[in-house]
Amino acid sequence: MLARVAERVYWMGRYIERAESTARLVNAYTTQMMDLPKAAEHGWKGLVDIVGANPAFDASYTTYDEKSTTAFLIADADHPGSILSSLAMARENVRTARDVLPTEAWACANELYLHARTHAGEAIGRKHRFSFLNAVIFRCQQITGLLAGTMSRDAAYEFVRIGRNLERADMTTRIIDSAAFILLPRKATPGEYDNILWVNVLKSLSAYQMYRRHVRNRLVADEVIRYLLKDRVFPRAVAHTLAEGREGLASLRHNGGPLLSLARAQARTDAADVAALSLDGLHRLIDEVQADLGDLHRQIAATWFARERPVQVQAQSA
Amino acid sequence: MTIDWESYETNGFYDDMMIGPGRPREEARTVARYLASLGTEEIRSRQQAAETAIEEMGITFTVYSDGGNIDRAWPFDIIPRIIAAAEWERTEAGLRQRLRALNLFIGDVYAEQRIVKDGVFPGELLANSKSFRPQCIGIPPPHGAWAHICGSDLIRDHRGDFYVLEDNLRVPSGVSYMLENRLLTKRVFGELFAESSVLPVADYPNQLFDMLGSISPRPGDFPEVVVLTPGIYNSAYFEHCFLAQQMGAELVEGSDLVVGDDDCVYMRMIDGLQRIDVIYRRIDDLFLDPEAFNPESSLGVPGLMRAWRKATVGLANAPGAGVADDKVVYAFVPKIIRYYLGEDPILPNVPTHVCLYEDERRYVLEHLDQLVVKPANESGGYGMLIGPTASAAERAEFACRIAADPRNYIAQPLVKLSTVPTVVEDRVEPRHVDLRPFILQGERMYVTPGGLTRVALRRGSTVVNSSQGGGSKDTWVMEGPR
Repeated sequence: MLARVAERVYWMGRYIERAESTARLVNAYTTQMMDLPKAAEHGWKGLVDIVGANPAFDASYTTYDEKSTTAFLIADADHPGSILSSLAMARENVRTARDVLPTEAWACANELYLHARTHAGEAIGRKHRFSFLNAVIFRCQQITGLLAGTMSRDAAYEFVRIGRNLERADMTTRIIDSAAFILLPRKATPGEYDNILWVNVLKSLSAYQMYRRHVRNRLVADEVIRYLLKDRVFPRAVAHTLAEGREGLASLRHNGGPLLSLARAQARTDAADVAALSLDGLHRLIDEVQADLGDLHRQIAATWFARERPVQVQAQSA
Repeated sequence: MTIDWESYETNGFYDDMMIGPGRPREEARTVARYLASLGTEEIRSRQQAAETAIEEMGITFTVYSDGGNIDRAWPFDIIPRIIAAAEWERTEAGLRQRLRALNLFIGDVYAEQRIVKDGVFPGELLANSKSFRPQCIGIPPPHGAWAHICGSDLIRDHRGDFYVLEDNLRVPSGVSYMLENRLLTKRVFGELFAESSVLPVADYPNQLFDMLGSISPRPGDFPEVVVLTPGIYNSAYFEHCFLAQQMGAELVEGSDLVVGDDDCVYMRMIDGLQRIDVIYRRIDDLFLDPEAFNPESSLGVPGLMRAWRKATVGLANAPGAGVADDKVVYAFVPKIIRYYLGEDPILPNVPTHVCLYEDERRYVLEHLDQLVVKPANESGGYGMLIGPTASAAERAEFACRIAADPRNYIAQPLVKLSTVPTVVEDRVEPRHVDLRPFILQGERMYVTPGGLTRVALRRGSTVVNSSQGGGSKDTWVMEGPR
């Protein structure tokens, strides 16, 4: 396939996943805030902390209140990480790679973006937020399912899959990091709400049910972190996304550089002894895994997308 | 309420559906009766359904404006335009004849120029033609085909006779909308297809692919065909995607292609370079190759002309084909047909005054208030003067322009374009239309049954260009009831 088209479908995979995971995150966060009305005052800042977009937020908003933070993450067309922007970028990438994707994928991505453009603003208020976010999640999954059900397992499909899993790994590590930041210092003397918070961490990754079924242990901080980082069968656990990414890379030619980079991330997550880690240690580990993911992205781009002459593509941020 | 055909006035124009109030044409009778049975409320809701489908399917075209490029939903009117099969047969023969002659003309222009030597076509027109490409001299493309894809604009006068208004031989667009319009009508008026025999249009992508394959430099092998687009900001990007997808061809941009030391053209794949055989290019000549033409162009491929001249790659349309897509050359097409084919033209031109000639220029300047004046090398309805509706100042300005550059202008009488019933709010009213069929020439020829009907949505307007408020209709070539 064309190098340029490979790049577009990879980004499509990332942006669809980014929209979906951001929708999950805001959804779970809102639920959590409803459980903790007293903490709500300062709590909304955490939402922006997780996605690591504080400078961008500070440039356009004055206070980390519910209205500003949710507007920033859901409907802000100027914020490249918002659900609306991610869907716009996903749509652009589908549009420019339409010839390798099933026709219905374009229709779905287009409709989803049009839906978001019309309704994202309404989702800032609590009344419509859940229904909007659920619609986004549902429709992103519809696209993922459509591609899974109709695309040949050729290079185009693998690039979508690699993009999706890299993005998942990115979001999961961010969520682990932010939860650890709040909750690990209280490990010895948990507050009365700490359990609720861990449940919500799991829920923000749709991991609660699977955690309950697979981890027979009590719900405790170390177990949750271990699960989200190292579980091999849960689709949003870091270890699983890396394994998926590896399978995708394995089917492509000239994959040495990217595979090496991915192996480094895998080795790091495999080796981590979560229970023994201090808060600082965990934070450092997550930073390193994130750096590995960034390196993996650069390897992929250099191996398969590089061309001598630059093309005018919309700015895409990793 | 229902559509009241009794009160449908054709106002002296030829209407493709109605002979006069209450009298549908024979081939349109089924459709007229069906529409009347629906009621205006139902028609409006189906029009609405079509518009929703267009938005969902993402059928768009791009309009350039100061505020950036805007993607607009494709404007579509659900009432089909009907043409009798017998009428179409003759028209199709005329279109084939015309394109055959034009390709012989282009080939001659880049070879011996017999037509000039024989005094049939004035050489001075070539000397200062904006679309004559010296780089093409002496190249014999496969099958003698230069303009492989032609979109000719046809109009019907008040008697219903078809005339050719212009031939688009560079990168004519619109065929994807013709195909999408048919899909839309099938969704909206599915019942009608059960009782009518409408000639199908869906074969076009296959015909296009076969035609492109026929100009491959490596006959025998499965040809590697690509569609070369200027990119997402081009107004016809939708169509480029659509055709690539339908043909199973790669959609490439200039930066995806590279010409090797062996003068072959390759595309950059994830596994490295892969040779390509045929490029359906949707980029104008001057942007094709910065080595041969505009050195500033970043849309094209350096060395592409070199490759084409060495016949290692097929280009459709061939570079230089635009020399015959010039409104002054247009005026000579009847003579061109007689000269190369020894046949009488089947489809007439609209009578055309060539301002290059002094007597004709004088006539034009004296009758500006009755004529439509067009520059030789514009498209999309830009740079025209519609004399009867223009102001005195506008006419005076055009008189100056013609005097300054007579070779660049032609003038034609204002033809009373035919009309077709069109949904206007909760009524159906006549609106003016034209027709763009698409003609292919490679090893064989092919003509789309019907084509893209464009409709001027404003009452009384004859401007059908989508960039200027025009819409479109599905076009049905139909057998009359038997």
